[in-house]
Formats: sequence, C-alpha cells, structure tokens
Amino acid sequence: MQLWLIPAFPLAGFLINGLLGRRASKGFINAVAIGSVLLSFAWVLKTIMGLGDVSSRYVEHYFTWIQSGALQVNFDFAVDRLTVVMLLVVTGVGALIHIYSVGYMGHEGGYYRFFAYLNLFMFFMLTLVLAANYLVLFVGWEGVGLCSYLLIGFYFLRQSATNAGNKAFIVNRIGDFGFSLAIFLVFLNFGTLDFGGVFANVPGKPETLLNTIGLLLLVGACGKSAQIPLYVWLPDAMEGPTPVSALIHAATMVTAGVYMVARSNVIYIHAPVAQEAVALIGLATAFFSATIGLLQNDIKKIFAYSTVSQLGYMFVGAGVGAFSAGIYHLVTHAFFKALLFLGSGSVIHALSGEQDVRRMGGLAKKIPWTFWTMLCAAVAIAGVPPFSGFYSKDMILAAAYQRAPWIYWVGAITAGLTAFYVFRAIFLAFFGAYRGHEHPHESPPVMILPLAALAFLSLAGGFLFDVPQFLERLFPPIEESHDVTLVAVSVAIGLAGIGLAALFYVVKPSLPDSLAASFSGVYKLIYNKYFVDEIYDAAVVKPVVNGSRSLLWKGVDVGLIDAGVNGLGWSARGIGGILRLLQSGSIRSYATWVVFGSVVLMVAMAMAGGVR
Amino acid sequence: MDQHLLSLVLFTPLAGLVVLLLIPSRQKDLIRVWANLVGFVGFLISLPLVSRFDRSAGGFQMVERAGWIPSLGAQYLVGIDGISLLLIMLTTLVGFLAILSSWTAIQDRVKEYYAMFLLLQTGMLGVFMALDFFLFYVFWELVLVPMYFIIGVWGGPRKLYAAIKFFLYTLAGSVLMLLGILTLYFQHAQQFGSYTFEISELMKLDLPLGMQQWVFWAFFLGFAIKVPMFPFHTWLPDAHVEAPTAGSVILASVLLKMGTYGFIRFSLPLLPKASMDATIVKTLAVLSIIGIIYGALVSLMQADWKKLVAYSSVSHLGFCTLGIFALNPNGLAGSVMQQLNHGISTGMLFLIIGVLYERRHTREIAEYGGLAHVMPKYAVVFAIAMLSSAGLPLLNGFVGEFTILQGAFEASHVWAAFAVTGVILGAAYLLWLYQRTMLGQVTNGKNLHLADLSPRELAVFLPLMAWALWIGVYPKPYFEILEKPVAQIVERVRPGYFQGAAQAARTSPAEVVAGVR
Repeated sequence: MQLWLIPAFPLAGFLINGLLGRRASKGFINAVAIGSVLLSFAWVLKTIMGLGDVSSRYVEHYFTWIQSGALQVNFDFAVDRLTVVMLLVVTGVGALIHIYSVGYMGHEGGYYRFFAYLNLFMFFMLTLVLAANYLVLFVGWEGVGLCSYLLIGFYFLRQSATNAGNKAFIVNRIGDFGFSLAIFLVFLNFGTLDFGGVFANVPGKPETLLNTIGLLLLVGACGKSAQIPLYVWLPDAMEGPTPVSALIHAATMVTAGVYMVARSNVIYIHAPVAQEAVALIGLATAFFSATIGLLQNDIKKIFAYSTVSQLGYMFVGAGVGAFSAGIYHLVTHAFFKALLFLGSGSVIHALSGEQDVRRMGGLAKKIPWTFWTMLCAAVAIAGVPPFSGFYSKDMILAAAYQRAPWIYWVGAITAGLTAFYVFRAIFLAFFGAYRGHEHPHESPPVMILPLAALAFLSLAGGFLFDVPQFLERLFPPIEESHDVTLVAVSVAIGLAGIGLAALFYVVKPSLPDSLAASFSGVYKLIYNKYFVDEIYDAAVVKPVVNGSRSLLWKGVDVGLIDAGVNGLGWSARGIGGILRLLQSGSIRSYATWVVFGSVVLMVAMAMAGGVR
Repeated sequence: MDQHLLSLVLFTPLAGLVVLLLIPSRQKDLIRVWANLVGFVGFLISLPLVSRFDRSAGGFQMVERAGWIPSLGAQYLVGIDGISLLLIMLTTLVGFLAILSSWTAIQDRVKEYYAMFLLLQTGMLGVFMALDFFLFYVFWELVLVPMYFIIGVWGGPRKLYAAIKFFLYTLAGSVLMLLGILTLYFQHAQQFGSYTFEISELMKLDLPLGMQQWVFWAFFLGFAIKVPMFPFHTWLPDAHVEAPTAGSVILASVLLKMGTYGFIRFSLPLLPKASMDATIVKTLAVLSIIGIIYGALVSLMQADWKKLVAYSSVSHLGFCTLGIFALNPNGLAGSVMQQLNHGISTGMLFLIIGVLYERRHTREIAEYGGLAHVMPKYAVVFAIAMLSSAGLPLLNGFVGEFTILQGAFEASHVWAAFAVTGVILGAAYLLWLYQRTMLGQVTNGKNLHLADLSPRELAVFLPLMAWALWIGVYPKPYFEILEKPVAQIVERVRPGYFQGAAQAARTSPAEVVAGVR
C-alpha cells in the first residue's frame, strides 16, 4: 500500500519550497504546495480503495527506530477505519485550506515560508494519524506542535505573535509531561508501545494502572486539544494567519487529543475514573469557554473560544463512552469551524485587516458569498437540523443523557450559548449598518471556492457521512436514548440562542449595554476571561521567573556556591606558600601545579614502597 | 598499520603539532591550512575505527599494549568498546570543526593557538582510549594544560580569572581522584602481590563496601567537577563565557564528557558495590535532578547568551548522569547517546554564538533582536540547533532524552517525573532565547547590516546538522554499538540483572504493577 507516501508528499513539498522557494515564482510554490497535498489526498483515496472495507487493521513496518535493551520501537504505520476518517479530514480539508491560502496570503511577505511550514504541518499531522504505536504518534504530536509554533509566530516582527508561539509550545510541553509519563508507564507494564500489543493486553490489567495511564494521557490531550486547565494557548494562537487558525487551530491539530483518546478507547473503557475525568474536563471546558465566547469582540477570538468549547464537546462524547460520536463531531466541526475561520479571513481580507466585530456591520450585501457561506457554518454549529452539527451534537447529548442527565443539561445549555455567540458574530458583522471606514470588497474566487465547498459539507456532511456507523466495529456500542423530547429540547435551546442573538443585536441593539450595566460584576469577570491568564501569570510565571533570578541564580549560584568556592580559593591563596606563586603569572603557576602533583604522586609511591 | 590504528588516531594530532612547530609564526595562513588539514585527516583516519569495530563482540577491541614505566607497573594500554568509540568519533569530528571555525576568529599568536588545539585533541582521545589508569590520569591532566591556555590567552576580558578557576577547580578534583586510584593500586599489590594500573586487573579486586564507598567519593569529586554536576558547576559558566568560541565548543562537546565517561568506565565497573549502594545512588540521582531543573531555571534568566547555553549544559548533563545512575540498560545507553547528542547540539549552539561574536563582539542577548530578518540562513541553522537541543523528535536530542527517561522511570517513577520538567523548561529557555535574538524588529542599528553565514561557516554546521538528523531518524546503529558494553556494565554492577528481567517478563501483571504504586 506504501502508506508512507501519504506523509511523504507534503514532506517533499516542504523540502522543495523550503530550499528553492525563496527564488521561485508564486506559481511554482503553489503547484508544489497544493500539488503535494492533493497527491497525498489521492493516495489516501487509493489506499482506501485498495483496502476494501478496511474491516481489520492494516500495518506496514518500515524500520526499527529505537532499540535499547528490552525497549524496541518500530517506525510503523497502520490504517484502520478511525485512521481513514482522520486521513480524509486532514488531507481533504487541508487541501481546501491550501487553495484558499493562495488568495489570502497573496500579498504577504514570506509566501514560500508559509507554504513550506503548512506542508511540514501536513507531514507531521499525517504521521500522527498513521502511527502504529504511541511513540510514532508522539513524533507527529511534537511535530505539529512545532509547526503550530512556527505558524503562530509567522508574523515574527510582531512581539505578540512570537509570544503567542512560545506560549503555545510551552503549554503543550506541559501537556507532554503527562503524555511522556504515560508512555513510560505503558512500556513498563506492557513491554511494547504498539497499539495492537497494548490494547490486546489491557483487559486483566489492574484498574489503578489503567486509570493512571488514562489520566496521564488526558494531561497530554488537554495540552494539544486546549482543554481546562491548559486551554490558554489557543486563543492567543489566533495571532497566526487565518488559514492557519482554520487548519491547525480548528480542523486538525487541536483535534489530535480527541483522536488520541479515541485511539486509546480500550484503555479508557477499562479505566472508569480516567474516563469520567475526560467527560468532566470536556464538559467544564465546553461550558466555560462558551461563556467567554459570548463577550469577545475580535471575530477570530470568538471562534477560538468556540473551538475550545467544541473540543470540550468531543471530550464529553469520548468521556461518556460515545467515542464514535466524538469523532463524528470532530469531522463535522472540521467542516463548519474551518469554514467559520476561512469566512472570517475573507471578512478580514475584505476590511483590510479589521477583526473587531464592533467596527463591521452590514456586510451581507457587500460580500454576499462570504455571508452566505458563513451562514451555512453558523446554522451547522448551532445544531439546527438537518445540518451537520445537529447530527453529531445530538448524538453526544443523547449518549450523555444515558450516562447522567445533568451532563445532558449542561451540554444543551452550552449548545444554546454556542448558537448565541455565533449568531451574535454573524449579526454584528453582516447585519445593520456598516460601522467601519474601509471599502469592503469580495474575496477572489480562489478563496470563495473553498468556502463554497466547506459550506456544502457543513450543510450536508451530517447525513452524507454516517461516521458512527462506519466506526461501529471499532468502538463499543453507544448506549443511546432515543427520546425525541431530548432532541427537541436541545434543538429548541439552540434556536432560542439564535433568537436571543437576533433580539440583542438586530431588533434591540441597546439591550446588551443595559444588561452589561446591570450585571456589571459578572460582565467584567467574563469579559476578562475569568482572569485566568492573569492568575497563571501571578501563580506560575512570576514565581518561576523571580525565583530563578533572585533566589537560584543571584542567591544560590552566585551568592552561595560561587562565593564559597572563591572564598576557599582566596583563603587558600592567603595561607599556602606554594599556592601564592599563582599570583606571579599564569605559566609559572601552572608549572607549580604540575610539580606539586608529581610530588604528591612520588611521595605516595615512596611511602607505600611502590617504587622498586 | 592495522593493529596500530588506535595509536595512529591518537598521535596524528601530536605529529601534526610537531610539524606545526616547524612552520614560522609569520606564515599565518600556512599554519591555518596545516592545522585544518591535520584536523581533517585526524577525522578521516578515525573513520576506519567504525568499520573495523565488531558490534557483536563484548570487551575491548583493537587493544594495543606496550611496556611504559615498568617500575610503576604503568603500561601504554589502549583499546575501545562501543562507548569509547562513539565519544572518539565525536572528538575527532568536533575537534576538526572547532579548528575550522577558528579561521578568522583568531588573529593573535595563531601558531600557539593551533598547537594548543592539537595537543588538546590528543589528550582527549587518550582519555577515551586508555585502559591503564595511570595512562588515563596522564591524559586527563594533559587536557587541562592546553584548555587552560586557550581560555587564558585567547579568552575574553576576565580570561585569567576564568582560566585559573577552571584549572584549580578541576585540579582539585583530580587530586582526590588520584588518591582513589592509588588506593586501588596499593590494594591490588596487597591482594595479588603485583603493581598494576590495568583496569581489567583492578576489576578483580575484592574490596569491602566501606573502602569502595570511600574510593567512589574520591572518584566522584574528580568526575562530578568535570561533568559538572550540581553543586560543582560554577566554574563552567565563567570558563565558557571567557573562552574563545572553539574553546567553548570543545569544552562543552567533549571535555565535559570526560566526567560522565569516567563514571561509566571506572566508577561503575571498579566499584560495583558502592555504585549499587542505596545512599550513593540516591545522592547521585538527586544531584542529577537538581542539576536538570536548577540548570534550566538559572539558564532561563541569563542575559548573556553564552552563559545561558552554559547553564543549559548543566541541565543536559544532569540527564546524562541520571541515566548512568538509573543503572539499567536504557538509562546507560540513553546516557551515552545523550552525551553524543549534547556534543552535537551544544557544539552547534556555541558555534552559533561564535558567528555573531565575531561580527559584533558582544554576547549580551539584549544587544540583538530581529536577526532572522538580516541573517535568514543563520536563523534556520540556529532554529535546527535549538530544536535539536530541545529534544524535538526526529532530531538527535529526543532519542537520548527519551531513552534516559524510560530508564529513569524504570528505576523510580519520581525521578522520571521530576526530570521530565527539565524537558518543559528546556523548551522555555531555548524558545525565549530564540525570540529575543532572532525574532521581532531589528531594534539595534548595529545589527542592520550583518553578513549572513559565509560558505566556510555553513560548512562547519552542515556535518553537525546532518548528524543530528541521522541520529534522530535512524539511531539503531548507535544502539547496536552500545548494546554489548552497556549490558556488560549493568551485569557487572547488578549481577543477574538480565536473568531477573527475563523472569519479570514472565511474572503475572499484578506483581509487576505492585511496583507502580
């Protein structure tokens, strides 16, 4: 099957554009960058055809990567149905975003660099989903993190962009702390890191062990998929160019945590505490970040918090045992959230860089294609039937109700909040009167085409692709309640959210301000994102920085150890007659030491009678 | 010639040095060409070591023995196993690149400079080859002399302070180590009636635990100062800051490894009981972990580029010593890999500073900023060096770190958990350094017209980058080279370890898991 070709195409694209792109024409760069992703997409399709219905796992072995003692890690790729879904999303949505970028990045400097990084990202992301063991997955995991860092800081002249890049990388490393320990623990207890070998031996292992592994993996997933308490990097990551936000920070990379949890489903099924934790963290993240999304004014930040929230939804799915529903939502989310970001990009492009929804308005007539496509995404994420988000969200909620009704209720309220903030953005941007000063212009076809494709998928993706059915044999069956009232209630809450947004921002635009005034305490808290960044800064960053500087460096290192050593040196210099010669010049002092050493040696020998 | 390959590798730099002395001092370019040639040839003739090396054989290979000082029982005895092989290859390559990097940087006393470098090269190679403790000690001390002059003569403003500090610090350690060596020497005479410094003979000694512990601590001081382990590290930042670029490169890449090598070659096999002693192992592991975290935190706060990298060395070497005292195959093999990796990555980082220092004559991080704009090639090379040092998978650092941590985890979950925080901090200080120097606007007018890497400068980096990628993607040959020697050391320190491991694999999961809590 030559699975390795799937990531190899974009890797080649990265190398070609990275090495030659500086002097190449835009046409060449586009051909290499987009061509490589399309080839990779084609190879995915060919692989799927070749594998028939992919009923069993197909593994390809390439070479032994690390072999030390009992530790053996192979560079292997494998394909099963879960991988197929991920491959299609990554290469399919990835190809669309590459095409869109040609228009969006057309006027930017570092054009070749952008596409080289984007291709490198595709390479690592495809490695991640193709990996047949935890360590190769980790290779992709770290690699996408690197590309995320590079692309967030793409505008490296801007301090805020490079700060955001650093923050993303370091927060992800904190997550990797857990992931690494999980890998060590898996190897120690299973003797292998291969998914096949590990999962086959999970039944029968003690629950404490599996819970520990599950929780440690979750720490890693929280970093990559931006869950509480490690979500703080994702909103800042919006410093990157908008196509990057769509590809990496919405559709693909940030879902790697969800993928990893789903991949490890056998462990989680046997680790009830860890699975519960997945559900609770997901739920808390979904709810809290949705509330933050309510009051953001930067259009990209709104959708960033929305992404965090929707990822939380996917975690809830996995956490209540509905893994395939979580992956289903991953797929539909990739469609509509990529579209929301690309749409925002089109808006920003039209307004020459304006991102504040308060300075938009009335754009529906000025940039109709952008408006209509974004509206498709908005109805999809709001869970309006029969569009894609409705299917996946409803499935997660139904499974959640089965596990515990209160999870359902929190999830349903979150759905309402989601509908509200998305339509708030839509209404503020596209309705009413234009409040800005630029002259909006519609984006070129090369940007509109991907929008249209994604709009179609956002609307129809739900019933076109029955992901849960496709993944049926991979995961344990979902205990679903088929209560129609539950569906009706959650849909109603979503519609209420839309209605409320219409009331606030179209019918009575004065209402939000008066509400903000009467609930000023809560308003301030949410508007400032619960002060989480400030708290982290005060509780973690400042103590580390100040402690390292004044306590460790100036205190222990210079003040204590070095002062002690020098003190010893000076006093020895004062006392020792021989050592005083040190002052008379470097060469002589050196000679003295050699003589001194030799004397010590000789004396010791003579004393022991060693010299014959 | 074949059976004298090791001697050939060992004495090529010295022979080059002799010829160098015949060249008149005025002929600076001729001296440079000759020194580079010797460095390059020194690397080339070390290559057959790899092809002749038999990975499947245990013990020492290519052994050469000759009488030297019969009255003392000291011999010229050299030989290599997989561990020394890798460090020798590191020495010959980095030694050559360090010489190559000095072409324009050194304008004063050129002849003396290269003479010192060639002498240093022989000294370091000797340390990694010697199988006779006396011979080892001679090389060990020999290394001090040229390094002392390299720092003291061609160094920065506080060069004398740094040079003397370096010299006294390491000499203090050596003296105690010498006492340890002599103890073994005389014990051997007592037990077997003959005087010898031969390692394999000294290994036959049966020493009581108390004496082993004493000797261990004596060795410890010598090796720990060299590594350097916390709290014996304060000579390192000064030495690095003041040393010329090539001196820093050699110091970090090769000299520090003499300490870790000492632990592996001498402390563990000669003093197996002490090396297994719970107090000693715990102390060493805790000092390593402190080194990892402390070095990283202090590194984070440095305003001097070179000091930052110097403290990062303390952190990275902490991983190496932690791996050694995990006392299992993963820990040890990972440790040697990481010694190699640190040589490559940190060597690159110091070379990177050197490139800029030659242009701007300052190491203050605040003097820079936005250089990626002015020097794009340089920015890419620096990024690769940084990522290799930060342990990004598919580059060298990850392979070593991962294996060490897996080994440490097998020894103690708590050690590994603390050590992993070093990986987080490693990303922090490196990324922040990169951001402050390379990214953003060019804030300092003096940096606006800096020249990008010259072809010669690029040629210095290319082999190291290629090596970093090779180890990162396909480290298997390295692990194969290390497998036998590492297994022998583990077996020596923990007799029956491998049988035990085979048994543990067969025991029920519940028993294994008991160790998890």
